[in-house]
Amino acid sequence: MPDQLLFAMEVTLNGLMAGVMYALVALGFVLIYKASGIFNYAQGVLALFAALTLVGIQQGQVPFAHLINAMTGMHVSHFGWTVPSVLAIILTAGVMVGLAVIIEKLVLKHLVNQAPIILFMATIGLAYFLEGFGDVMWGADIKKLDVGLPQGISETVESVTDSIFGYGFFIDNLDIVATVVAVLLVTALTLFSQYSKQGRALRAVADDHQAALSVGISLRFIWILVWSIAGFVALVAGIMWGSKSGVQFSLSLIALKALPVLMLGGFTSIPGAIVGGLIIGVGEKLFEFAIGPMIGGATENWFAYVLALIFLVFRPQGLFGEKIIERV
Amino acid sequence: MFYREAGDFKTSYREDSQTFPIKFDRLRYYAVLAVAFGVIPLFINDYWANAVFVPFLIYSIAAIGLNILVGFAGQVSLGTGGFMAVGAYAVYKLMTAFPEVSVFFHVLIAGGITAGVGVLFGLPSLRIKGFYLAVATLAAQFFLVWLFNKVPWFYNYSASGQINAPDRTIFGVFVTGAQTSATAKYMFCLVMLTIVAVIARNLTRGTVGRKWMAIRDMDIAAEIIGVNPLTTKITAFAVSSFFIGIAGALFFAVYLGAAEVGEAFGIQKSFLILFMVIIGGLGSIFGSFAGAAFLVLLPVLLKNVLVGTLGWPTDLAAHIELMIVGGLIVVFLIAEPHGLAQLWRLAKEKLRLWPFPH
Repeated sequence: MPDQLLFAMEVTLNGLMAGVMYALVALGFVLIYKASGIFNYAQGVLALFAALTLVGIQQGQVPFAHLINAMTGMHVSHFGWTVPSVLAIILTAGVMVGLAVIIEKLVLKHLVNQAPIILFMATIGLAYFLEGFGDVMWGADIKKLDVGLPQGISETVESVTDSIFGYGFFIDNLDIVATVVAVLLVTALTLFSQYSKQGRALRAVADDHQAALSVGISLRFIWILVWSIAGFVALVAGIMWGSKSGVQFSLSLIALKALPVLMLGGFTSIPGAIVGGLIIGVGEKLFEFAIGPMIGGATENWFAYVLALIFLVFRPQGLFGEKIIERV
Repeated sequence: MFYREAGDFKTSYREDSQTFPIKFDRLRYYAVLAVAFGVIPLFINDYWANAVFVPFLIYSIAAIGLNILVGFAGQVSLGTGGFMAVGAYAVYKLMTAFPEVSVFFHVLIAGGITAGVGVLFGLPSLRIKGFYLAVATLAAQFFLVWLFNKVPWFYNYSASGQINAPDRTIFGVFVTGAQTSATAKYMFCLVMLTIVAVIARNLTRGTVGRKWMAIRDMDIAAEIIGVNPLTTKITAFAVSSFFIGIAGALFFAVYLGAAEVGEAFGIQKSFLILFMVIIGGLGSIFGSFAGAAFLVLLPVLLKNVLVGTLGWPTDLAAHIELMIVGGLIVVFLIAEPHGLAQLWRLAKEKLRLWPFPH
């Protein structure tokens, strides 16, 4: 096989893996949008906050150390213990649930029935707040996140492809783990929403708020539930992205990577988020590989958006979105 | 008592259709103009100009521009930063290519170029609506920033990739470059803002503005009663981008002096200006001023209090500032989703009767 084709195949595979990572973030958006009609810009910052909290708990950092030092003149930084990864993840998941409750109580409850743009802006305000809060709580320095996930290049893939094509593909172990986790997560979410009582309530709310209210479903509970799930998805995304590139501010920018995925897949569709993620991942990697060098590179920043934009002109509700019916 | 429609008789059509038909509004308008043009320039110094007044004036222009698009025409845009970058790079290219032409015209032409780009990115709005459109405008944001970073022609092949505003004068007074005085910066921006605000005010209360509002309220219904969605949406994008382009040009040429596109016109700028519009009040010119003033003053105030008074380290103060700004935005949206303009409207209702409520 010609080299170019092999490279392209490798790029495609890597793109698929990257797409899974995008889909992980996009999933959180879709969940909240479906259940409450809120376009939650804070999803990326939630992932950052979850990762920061995880690292903080794991390494036994003193929360608000910087602030305490500034106000009292003390010099505290760590408690001096470390927490095992599994326990830390469970604790962080607990924090995310607590956060969901607080967000519902302090913000969402008061914004029922507001225009979507107001809710959207509120989540941007929330994103600012959480970004500052996370930094004040755990410090703004770049942290290394290690929960025992395999790192580095997968040798199995390399040797297998080497024996078939005579050329070893470089695939990151972490990407493979992320793919597996994403598949598990989507399966779990699908099972939950299809077969559990709460899941059915969730779908009812997504379908029609008022009808759901009238049959006795507590809207507020569902919102807490869905924000908790989104917080958990953010935690998973935070672990994956954090292990890949360190926990720092730029982690919150993955939200911007997830937006074109959402546009492409449709804001209301979980399969859409996955398929959209894969299309965007492969599309932008292949574009960067084939066209990028000719026009200066670094096309990944915008290509996904332009792809989604062109796509939407032909199909305004996205790939799997509900058909938009407008009446006067 | 103080604010009333009664007793304010109009005896000609001209009087009836003037920009501010109510006497109190008119007086207030003249008073603001008098203070802005007559009083502030006498007292302004470098700190006040750079920290408060010039950013306020420029952000007001941008907020008015975005408010036309989001508040009047109902098309949510997150591409403001990108469009400001178009204005900035357009004015830079014009200033360096045609040094003999006045910078005043350069700024206006830069606005025009931005309007063209805005129309281009506004075309999909005919098919895409709501949040899909908001996200689609991010395409403009990222693509434009990338373009200005990657194509050396835009920054005249300078080694640093930055653009630097050359010294230019209007009537013999420096308005751009290092030698500009605080007063000149202030006056240049103020004149631009006045022009923009008067145009915006008159557009929004005329046929064009009514069409925009019809499209905003329900585009299909508007189409049925004979509003052409193509021309209406396109004009909204054009006018909005024109103003935003002017704001971008001033932001670079007068305020910053030197700019790097990703830093000065990144996505944060888009959000900042959208915040101004929302906090100020959608669909209100006054609201654009109020929102810009609020978000320009707040960080200055917080910084002075946290770093200046309490003596906290700057990085910690920056994070706390982020928290407070974010928190305040949420509080604001909960307390008054229609923005500062709504508060002003309520105040006027009260002023109508006060102090004799019967």
